[in-house]
Amino acid sequence: MAEIVIRNLRKEFGAFTAVQGSTFTIRDGEFFMLLGPSGCGKTTTLRMIAGLELPTSGQILIDGEDVSQKPASQRDIAMVFQMFALYPHMNVRKNIAYPLVSQGVPRAEVQRKVAEVARILRIDHLLDKGVGGLSGGDRQRVALGRAIVRNPKAFMMDEPLGALDAEFREIMAEELRALHDRMHATTVYVTHDQLEAMQMGDKIVVMNHGVVEQFGTPQDIYDHPATLFVADFIGSPAMNFLRFEGSAPAGAATVTLGDTPIALPELREAASGSLVLGVRPEHVALSDSAPLRARIEAVEYLGTTQIVTLSTPQGTIKARTPSTLPARPGDLTGLVLNASRLSLFDATTGRAFRTAANAGVNHG
Amino acid sequence: MSAYSVTEPSKASKWAAGLLVALYTIITLLPLVWIISTSFKTGPDSISYPPKVVFEPSLEGYVNLFTTRTRIAAEDFAALPPPETWYDRIVRDQGMVIAGQSRFGERFMNSVIIGFGSTFLSIFLGTLAAYAFSRFRVPLKDDLLFFILSTRMMPPIAVAIPIYLMYRELGLSDTHLGMILLYTAVNISLAVWLLKGFIDEIPREYEEAALIDGYTRFQAFRKVVLPQAATGIASTAIFCLIFAWNEYAFAVLLTSGNAQTAPPFIPTIIGVGGQDWPAVAAGATLFLLPVMIFTILLRKHLLRGITFGAVRK
Repeated sequence: MAEIVIRNLRKEFGAFTAVQGSTFTIRDGEFFMLLGPSGCGKTTTLRMIAGLELPTSGQILIDGEDVSQKPASQRDIAMVFQMFALYPHMNVRKNIAYPLVSQGVPRAEVQRKVAEVARILRIDHLLDKGVGGLSGGDRQRVALGRAIVRNPKAFMMDEPLGALDAEFREIMAEELRALHDRMHATTVYVTHDQLEAMQMGDKIVVMNHGVVEQFGTPQDIYDHPATLFVADFIGSPAMNFLRFEGSAPAGAATVTLGDTPIALPELREAASGSLVLGVRPEHVALSDSAPLRARIEAVEYLGTTQIVTLSTPQGTIKARTPSTLPARPGDLTGLVLNASRLSLFDATTGRAFRTAANAGVNHG
Repeated sequence: MSAYSVTEPSKASKWAAGLLVALYTIITLLPLVWIISTSFKTGPDSISYPPKVVFEPSLEGYVNLFTTRTRIAAEDFAALPPPETWYDRIVRDQGMVIAGQSRFGERFMNSVIIGFGSTFLSIFLGTLAAYAFSRFRVPLKDDLLFFILSTRMMPPIAVAIPIYLMYRELGLSDTHLGMILLYTAVNISLAVWLLKGFIDEIPREYEEAALIDGYTRFQAFRKVVLPQAATGIASTAIFCLIFAWNEYAFAVLLTSGNAQTAPPFIPTIIGVGGQDWPAVAAGATLFLLPVMIFTILLRKHLLRGITFGAVRK
């Protein structure tokens, strides 16, 4: 198992820059998520780590060794593809054994390892079947088997759950995480599903337009998004943005929204101009006496909670409140924002201002 | 009232369709049946009028195809010892004796060498080129592909004279190598285009999986891409072989003695006192066989190849 260091990694396809200057470190044994919308460069980054694309510039170090320009076959990495890419002309056993055969492992050893992997993944009864007739989940297990049989330095997974039915996806996500906890293998996992990333990852890199927007634990990224893009991309419903003009010096702990002062974590730098106040729906509470006024537009009932859509002079806001709380469309109410959980962004650059709350968080 | 079904054709239309197919089959096969039956006729039977449909089969045509015969004086003929073999007897029955072997066997072998040789070469080069065009960022890829296709736009025979002169200069006239290269040059554009289509259909992930599993690019190509492309390769091979096997014009122009293939040879089989139709028919029958066998062997691939991409796997 290995630590993977990415330094100023860049990839250009002709005039198009797919990845521009990514830098991050994947620690040994980490379950690492590359998250972003399609076309953001996450798959290209993964393919560069795997050796399927060579970087235009920058470095990839696996266990301290610079492999940037080495072919995939020399990197000792395993990969699980979105469409599984099982060899269609081989049965399950041969598929799993194939990486071992390339290394010239003796036949008895191959048989033993294949059997062991099949047992771990509970596909021993399928070994002599062709891969064509397998269900999505079983194909996924065979693909995993082919990846883990060799004990590689790291696993690359390119949206491995993307091709599965919702039902299987849930099961396989759990199995993947359980397998990882058992093997402690460094895993790089590409997904565009923020829930999947939050649920499974130890660390997340959020990418957009080839740029690393933020890099950190799921909690850091959720609670302290470094950019407007991250704030909007992570969480459902997305973070509310209250746009306003204003200014606040470093050390200030309030901003003025319209006429209403709003408390927020102490600013570590001065903010002025077009600003955006970010607040997650669960950090908005309704209180009839609060000075920040709003009108209830709609209520979606979700069981234990409800999503209340409100209109304010600064735009529409969604609040997640307990469903026991009465809320009727048309009613006027006041909003209380949880001061310690607010983020303040610069509307032009999209960057979050440094505050007492997000001081330790990595920016992209 | 019976329900109208859109999926199951009516009995009458099934019958009509069957009849139509049967009729078409008969029309298509009639010339073949005629050639094959003529090859088993004797000389007089083959030109009798009205034509004989029922006749006594004879191997005369095949014996004549493989031998040269000569007439000898009546007294010498009478003095000959009784024929030793069945083919001796067939020739004697025509009032002649065997003078030697004909060149048909040799011409046939030339066809085999040149036909299969050029097919192999077209497929070998075509697969590599198609793979490269399909997988790599080749500079000027579209222009190169168009250039390759454009070699097919002119009828090959239009460049017969330049090729004739060029081959004479290069010493390739009437050689096996020359004919193999010529047929390969004609077939390669077809092979590259067809195979590129087939290889495009094979997901790259298979090779990428193999690359990551520790195989080199070439190993991945050989062990993963080639088995997947077998269908395309087989159908392309059939097309290439059929062209090279049947080609007549260049064979007439460029070969005479050493490397002559069967197509220009068969019509020159002359009997005594006119064309020896049974021998010509026998030659044509034997000439049909290899392509027929090759096609039957690969027909499963061929059918899949033709409908490739139309049906999701």
